Amino acid sequence: MAFVAPKETYSGKVYQVNIGTGANALSFGGENVLPFNAFEGAVPNKPVIAYEVQDVPPSDWPENVQKPYSSVSGDPVTWAKFCQETLKAKAIALRLVGTHPDRENRSPEDAAKTVKDVLSAINVPLIILGSNHAEKDSPVLIAAAEASKDKNCIIGKAQEANYKTIAAAAMANNHKLIAMSELDINLSKQLNILITQMGFDKERLITDPMCSALGYGLEYTYSVMERIRLAALTQNDLTMQPPMLADVGMYVWKIKETQAPESEVPLWGNAEERGIAWEATTAASLIMAGAELLIMRHPKAVSAVEKVIEELV
Amino acid sequence: MALSGVEIFKLLPKTNCKKCGHPTCLAFAMKLAQRQATLDLCPDVSEDAKKILGEASAPPVRPITFGTGDRAVKMGEETVLFRHDKKFVNPCILAVEIKDTLSESDITKKTEEVLSSEIDRVGQKLRIDAIALTNVSGDKAKFEAAAKIISSKAPNVPVILATTDPAAAEAAAKLFAGKRPIIYGAGPVNAEAMANIAKAEKAILGVTAGGLDELSALTEKIKALGVEDMVIDSGAKKAKDIIGNNTLIRRAAVKKNFKALGYPVINFAQRDDSLHEALIAAVGIAKYASIVVLSSIEKWKNLVMFTLRQNIYTDPQVPMQVEQKIYKIGEATPDSPLTITTNFSLTYFIVSGEIENSKVPCRLAVMDCEGLSVLTAWAAGKFTASKIAAFIKESGIENEVKHRELIIPGYVAILSGSIEEKLEGWKITVGPREANGLPAFLKARTA
Ligand code: SF4
Repeated sequence: MAFVAPKETYSGKVYQVNIGTGANALSFGGENVLPFNAFEGAVPNKPVIAYEVQDVPPSDWPENVQKPYSSVSGDPVTWAKFCQETLKAKAIALRLVGTHPDRENRSPEDAAKTVKDVLSAINVPLIILGSNHAEKDSPVLIAAAEASKDKNCIIGKAQEANYKTIAAAAMANNHKLIAMSELDINLSKQLNILITQMGFDKERLITDPMCSALGYGLEYTYSVMERIRLAALTQNDLTMQPPMLADVGMYVWKIKETQAPESEVPLWGNAEERGIAWEATTAASLIMAGAELLIMRHPKAVSAVEKVIEELV
Repeated sequence: MALSGVEIFKLLPKTNCKKCGHPTCLAFAMKLAQRQATLDLCPDVSEDAKKILGEASAPPVRPITFGTGDRAVKMGEETVLFRHDKKFVNPCILAVEIKDTLSESDITKKTEEVLSSEIDRVGQKLRIDAIALTNVSGDKAKFEAAAKIISSKAPNVPVILATTDPAAAEAAAKLFAGKRPIIYGAGPVNAEAMANIAKAEKAILGVTAGGLDELSALTEKIKALGVEDMVIDSGAKKAKDIIGNNTLIRRAAVKKNFKALGYPVINFAQRDDSLHEALIAAVGIAKYASIVVLSSIEKWKNLVMFTLRQNIYTDPQVPMQVEQKIYKIGEATPDSPLTITTNFSLTYFIVSGEIENSKVPCRLAVMDCEGLSVLTAWAAGKFTASKIAAFIKESGIENEVKHRELIIPGYVAILSGSIEEKLEGWKITVGPREANGLPAFLKARTA
């Protein structure tokens, strides 16, 4: 029997989202096939990796991922510039973790100033993230969205508890928006619906189904992403068609495997290489499940994933 | 295409004799269609029916056991394209390449790395499963000599003998007689000779071609020569082609029941850069490879590969639960704090991860709430004051810790009073609502 390639044509596609302004603006999403299945459809864009930068020094990051930034991370502007100029970052994700009430508890005004300062120092697209404190994120992200008006940033993350204020701020200031829910396709769908019911354009959304690290629930994120993507393509479910985010670095660099020194666990081998590989492998797995936007920390992990993306397209 | 219950029924004896353990032939046919019974249970089925049913009911990806003894590994048997539909069956085999151009001591060293690669992770023993000896030298004697070293140092490790030279393949295969090696390297030119050796040595044949058309034609030809057990290589080396070809192969097998590609897939992921190689291997592991061949097996890389393979091949239908018990995190002493949460595995992963992060040794009491998270378990009446009190009492923790203080999740702060009432002598402290508040919370207590 002769082989006939069992190709699929899908009724749906993923929205293409563009971020930033000017020559360094970027697009991601836009495909009408499963990840990297260019043999049967259009894959117009590659996944984008943004370097994570914080508004406060990364004292909570493990040693091995603090090191590459040791001379710049005292200040978010220097740090962001270093990512853009030295590491050739295509996008930067500024996490305003210092606004968390249990951390430095910085004010929305402080956050707005940091956003302004970072924006004036870089020309690649900016993602602005809160501290993941549902209450505090509202005023912080409103201030941040205003401070970055018309710069076509991504604001996040809007969650069930706070989406109204954050989505309104993103809308008023012409930004894109991350909608995050916790590892459940129905919750993702519901949040996207709620946000679009406010009048927010669904083509300006990015779905974050919540990341998990390799070995710590990765398979849940992987399968939720696959299911969201299949719903977008096979059922043409418009609420599931925004591209997806994998916020990798934050989840990877807090587990034991990225921290324990080899002296403690000789069978696990070199700690630095292990941490880098952990972040890179988590990211590489999730782009195969459908993530188009990634936020990562270690420069070597980022370049390894970029290299694999080059091989995948 | 798989047959329906009714189609199968038509081929059965229709005597309803019950010897198969089912009340009627139809009931048995339905079980067969759902792959919940096997045909051999019916003693009276005709030879003709056996043949038709056997072919139709064979799994879309042929099951093959590679190697023998304790280290034997199963491949194939896959039935789906996405892990959320049904568990992926036989985890991808990881093999390391040993080139026959290496010195004797290097071959020995690499073989020993394979033997000592075993790691225990969440109760499973994980290791590099196989060795792929490659005839890079093109020299039969060198290949045979290298095979000899491997067969004496690692007699139980399944081995892939990769060569396009039938004479070299035969010489090496004889060293693994009865051990079900894979002879890899049958292409359009040498198919016949290689098939004959595989048949004589009862080996699995690795078939390689340039693309899926050529590959399908080749497996049909080899099958006609009498070799049933094959692993297939579409020639894909680039990540893009690995995903593309592996996807088309799996689809053809699963959705079209296309037998010529219904075999386990082997991918060669070797790269100069070890991290890049790990990511190419990850592509194979996630996307349908049954065997991935690596060039190096550093410990850090093994842990990453093993963990990914374990994640991709877990059963998505099993409730996401961890065992109910009191877990020690860090060097917990009788004075270390005691926290409690539910047994939803993600809750456990996240909470234990944050505690680890805090670097404050702790005990974490994980209570069986049927795999629900804290809030849902509380709402469902499974994480209540009396149940928590009973669990703490029965856990024997009172003999393990000196203090009598339990930290509960902030989301169930409301329970603190009633737990104190039910758990005499204990003080209940309300912790943070979200796990990410734990490091600050725990550190502040010890400061
Ligand atoms: S043993 Fe065979 S013939 Fe008898 S009931 Fe079962 S299927 Fe029918």
